[in-house]
Amino acid sequence: MEGLERIVREHPFFAGLKEEFCELISGCAKNVRFEAGQYLFHEGQTADQFYLLRSGHVALQMSQPERTFTVQTVGEDEIVGASWLVPPYRWGFDAKALELTRAIAMDAVCLRGKCEGDHDLGYEMMKRFMPVMIQRLQATRLQILDVYGVHN
Amino acid sequence: MSMAFTTERIAAAADPMVPRVARLRRRRRDLNDVWTLVLEMEDGSDLEFAAGQFNMLTAFGVGEVPISISGDPAKAGGGLVHTIRDVGFVSGALARLAPGEAVGVRGPFGVGWPVAEAQGCDVVILAGGLGLAPLRPVIYSLLANRRRYGKVALLYGARGPGEILFRSELEQWRRLLDIELHVTVDHAEGDWHGSVGVVTALLPKADFDPDNTLAMVCGPEIMMRFGVGALRDAGVSGSAIYLSMERSMKCAIGLCGHCQLGPAFVCRDGPVFRHDRLGSLLSAKEI
Repeated sequence: MEGLERIVREHPFFAGLKEEFCELISGCAKNVRFEAGQYLFHEGQTADQFYLLRSGHVALQMSQPERTFTVQTVGEDEIVGASWLVPPYRWGFDAKALELTRAIAMDAVCLRGKCEGDHDLGYEMMKRFMPVMIQRLQATRLQILDVYGVHN
Repeated sequence: MSMAFTTERIAAAADPMVPRVARLRRRRRDLNDVWTLVLEMEDGSDLEFAAGQFNMLTAFGVGEVPISISGDPAKAGGGLVHTIRDVGFVSGALARLAPGEAVGVRGPFGVGWPVAEAQGCDVVILAGGLGLAPLRPVIYSLLANRRRYGKVALLYGARGPGEILFRSELEQWRRLLDIELHVTVDHAEGDWHGSVGVVTALLPKADFDPDNTLAMVCGPEIMMRFGVGALRDAGVSGSAIYLSMERSMKCAIGLCGHCQLGPAFVCRDGPVFRHDRLGSLLSAKEI
């Protein structure tokens, strides 16, 4: 537990998090690893976890028959998954490890319960997730613009 | 008569509005619609240029376009190298030239990248799409004089894995141990195992000291705006960020005004500008 707490505290996503919050959320954490090609989760499944990546790379993908599109890759020190925060708590894409990936998986049900019980913790989580979500939204907008296309 | 004719020719050669004749030595298809042309001047001379400068290239009988120089400024006899995208009548005509055919060349023109000023600094090169072409001479210069610079990071964003410009050179540079190179693409299918995302997302991966960094940015204007924002967020001062601007350049010597950008002429005062000197012009919708 001490090891997990240290890993959570040292992950850049939780940099500067209050000790008491760190203890609280570490109770929802577990160490996980994914081999290259293994899926963290699939589109449509219940978003019951999110991941703090410690090493490796994960591709966020969407598929149609015979074609898979990678919309973003995330790596070390980043997070995977925000759908656990908002109803209907369902993944909107697949997440596939591109190489051996080590992560901390946070139990979303456990964490949501703790956030409901302590709104200061909930606000703290929101303050950390919102910038990542805004950044990714902005990046997606730029990708949609197709700025490197012929007509730009 | 003969003497007068020669004098006229010499005078004409010095006139920046008169093209000199070059011939296509060879061309290489880099991407589906992107070609690199190697030209040699008909009179056998080497055209000296600074990294970041451009030439006005004429496809005779079709028209003239500004094209940045993408070759090695230190390589005498290597030919005059331009990388062009076949998007219009003139660029298309240039892209379809056969070896030996004539091209008009005026230039080189404009202010180049601050390669000398970057000595002693960490250097971040942020390039998007075809914007890697005007920055390639900088990379050649940095690598040729590597010990004069601090850390060097090349961050490149392309549309997709099949549209990565100068791919074999990028792979070669990635193997060097004293330059950091990250590539990302905006769109990819599942068989691409590299990075997918916007080029600015590569910045946190690069190791540089923001207080002693000079950044050079080239790509589509939106990408440059966000690139500058990300560099500023990372702590790099506006006076240490340089951009290469693109406008409709015609005369190339600051006379006609086609490329006017606020108080500046892109052809004469640029195409490379220091960001803090451009100020709000970078995000102005109309000027």
